[in-house]
Formats: sequence, C-alpha cells, structure tokens
Amino acid sequence: MGMRGEIYRATSLALKDLTTERRTKANFNAVVFLAGLMLLLFGFALGPDADALRNAAAGVLWLTVLFSGVQAFHRSYEVELETGALETLLSYPGSRKAIFVGKLLANLAFILLVEVIVVPVSAVLYNLPMGRLFPGLLPVLFLGTLGFVTLGTFYGAMASRLRARDVLLPLLLFPMLIPVLVASVEATSALMVGDVMGEMASWIGLLVAFDVIFLFAALLTFETVVEE
Amino acid sequence: MDRRHVQETARISLVTDGAATGPALELAQVARRFGRRWALRGVSLRVESGQVLALAGHNGSGKTTLLRVIGTALRPSKGGGRVFGKDLVRDADEVRARVGSLSHAAGTYGDLTAHENLAFALRMAGLRPDHDAVRATLETVGLGRFAEERARTFSSGMTRRLALARLLLNPPKLLLLDEPYASFDVAGVALVNEFILKTARDGGTVIVATHDLDRASAVMERVVELRNGQVVGDEPYQAGPRLAATLPDTALLGGGD
Repeated sequence: MGMRGEIYRATSLALKDLTTERRTKANFNAVVFLAGLMLLLFGFALGPDADALRNAAAGVLWLTVLFSGVQAFHRSYEVELETGALETLLSYPGSRKAIFVGKLLANLAFILLVEVIVVPVSAVLYNLPMGRLFPGLLPVLFLGTLGFVTLGTFYGAMASRLRARDVLLPLLLFPMLIPVLVASVEATSALMVGDVMGEMASWIGLLVAFDVIFLFAALLTFETVVEE
Repeated sequence: MDRRHVQETARISLVTDGAATGPALELAQVARRFGRRWALRGVSLRVESGQVLALAGHNGSGKTTLLRVIGTALRPSKGGGRVFGKDLVRDADEVRARVGSLSHAAGTYGDLTAHENLAFALRMAGLRPDHDAVRATLETVGLGRFAEERARTFSSGMTRRLALARLLLNPPKLLLLDEPYASFDVAGVALVNEFILKTARDGGTVIVATHDLDRASAVMERVVELRNGQVVGDEPYQAGPRLAATLPDTALLGGGD
C-alpha cells in the first residue's frame, strides 16, 4: 500500500475515533470538567494575589492539560479493547504506522478542542490578557500539545497491553514529558509575563526539536510496542 | 461495487492467485511462549490451497494462539512459516493482505452503526466503501433491517453476524475462524458453513479452530488435533468424524489443559 493509501487509512481511523467520541461525549465532558476543576483548585491553592496567579498561570495551564489529557489517551485505546477491536485493527493489511498516525490525529484534535475551552477559562481565573496573548499562544499551544499527544499516544498503546494500564500510563508518560513541559511552560510564561531574557525563540526551537524527535522515534517503534 | 474497490480486489486476487499454486500455509516448528508458559511447542503444518481444515482441541490446547501466529497478530518465539509464500514475520504486511480472521471477540465498534462498522473495515483495508455492497452484505447476514442501528444495541449473535459480514465484504484467500459457531443460532451456523464452502469453492483456504466438530463436520476435509501446543493428530475427514469421536476420551486422559 502506497503513502496515499496509508494516509487514507490513518485519517479513516481518526475520523472513526472522533465520530465515536462525538456520539458519546463521555470522555470530552469528563476531561473538560476535570480540567476546569483543576484550574479552580490551583487558583484556590495559590491564593487571591493577582500577580502570583499570573506568574503561575503558565505552569498551571500546562499541568492541567497534561493531567486531564491522560484520560483521553486511556479512552483512545479503551474503545479498541472493549470488543477486541484492537486485534482486528492490527489484522488489516498495510503498515501499523497508519494506526499510530490515526490515533495521534484523533487525540491531537481532542486535546486542542479541550484547550479551546480550558485556555479562556484559565484567562478569566488567572487574570490573563487573552487578546494580547492569543496570537503568540497559538503556535506554543500547538507545538506543546503535539509533543504531549505524540508521547501520550505512544505510551497509551504500550500501556493498553498491560493489566495495570490506568496506573502505569502516567508513570511511563510523565517522566518523558518533562522536556516538553519545561519548554512549553517557559515559552507560555514568556508570553504571559514578558520575555525579558529574549528566550522565546529558543524555547520554540526546542519544542520543534522535541516534537520531531518524539514523532520519528514513536513511528519507528510503534509496531513493536503495539504487538503482544 | 465501485471501480477502485474492484481494481484493488482484483490486484490482491492476482497477487494471491500467482502464489496459489503452492501451499496456502507452511509452518515449521512454530513455538510461542507467554512468559514462562509455552502455548505452542513446535507445530509443523502444511495446508494446501482450497482446503478446509478443522483445528480441534480442548481449551488451552493452543488453537487460538496458532491462528493468531498465522494471522501475524503474534510473532512466533521459535520457528517460522509462510502464507502463500510470504514469510510470517518479514512479510507480515503482505500476509495480512491475504488473511482474514474472525476471532472470539467481534472487533466491532458499539458507537458506530452496522453500516459504518463495515465501511470502516473497508477503509482500513485501503478500499473505498461501496455502500450498495455494504447494504447487500448486511442483508446476506440478516442485518439489513438494522443497518443504521448502533452495534451497541445488538445481541451477541447479531454482533457475530456483523463480524462475519466484514469478512464477506472483503473475502480473504486464507480464512481463519476461531470458534466461529459460538453465539450463533441454527441459521447462523448454516451461514458460517455456507461462507466457508463459498470461500473454498472460490479457491480460498479455510482453517476453523473449534471444539465443536459436529458443526464443522459439514464443511471440513481434514482435522488436525492440538494438545498442549503440539499436533497430536492429523487425518483427512471423510465419512465419520473419527477425531471428534475420540475428543472426550482424550480429555479424560488429560488432554485438555
């Protein structure tokens, strides 16, 4: 099967995942609710000081996305495990890389959609100037989310074969996310409180590098981890 | 059926027909381990094209594992094999293009309709779904009235019929059926047997793993018995199901693990 055939398979899988999610909305509602709750709790923990809230906003936002996003990765493979569909999915002709790309696209769309709600809510709760932030925040959000989703989709596949997958996924995923988290928080923070050291471009460059490395590494090894 | 679907099916048929002069399946000393337990212990098997083979054995005898190795869902821990001349490990993609399987689990999606499930299966096989063909196939398996209903609302028998429809829509050259009669009523069993016979008539090869040889006796030509991951019996099936008759005895002798 050629490249066009594999892209067709990957997009078909992504559309299937998004269709099932659109119909149930169970995962989306739960993830958005969890994210909102976390933003609120972090806000209470930090206290009413507006400057303290604004300074911590970047870290809080990314931690919220990370913690709530893990639920999405669980659900992504749970759908396949419910009726043994993963086995059927793996039995189709063609490269299994298409399965990874399909899952990645669906998860990326899902998390970006969650961010569409979470970012404005955090702007309100943490007193952020959204109008000024928005243009610069878009590429940072996209690059950070791409790195996070790439690793989440990969480790989600690995954990789906394990009995204690609910516990093991965060344990496997979060240490690997540290570089993406640091780069995303620093770039977002530079946007929110000002880029006094002129480091913004470096953090963006680092995010691009991580995304490329993780994407290639995951594509190369996905077939091995998804097999039993 | 749309042009692209026909072309793709024809392409696969040409490739497989070219290889169909040799055996459909050759396994040499295939072993598979799960942790410390060996599920298969040196299985060697040769199945000619067009043959319908019943794989008999009790629970835990290795039938499902063997089918999963042949379908490339599992890699053998030792040994190897070929499907229509293609290596099970090196040419796994090409093997999957020739093999279709129905396992214990239906592998359908509860939040998609029956029609959408089949269309998705075609897309994942790299084909453009022909919606008329999808509807006709659902009619064939008795799900025509339920085409636009979500699979979550189906009974287990209906879900199995939907899984069978997936294979009917894109018939493979090597068909692997794992306990295909489970959850089926009398009409469903007849449907499965009809599909097996049609596949064989069209030159396809069928391997049916079952402990219910009575139901498979209408279609099988050869019976291979597995016990503790090893082949312990291999004979043609003619007038009477000899191995079927001996299965309860082998269980009493400790055959079922």
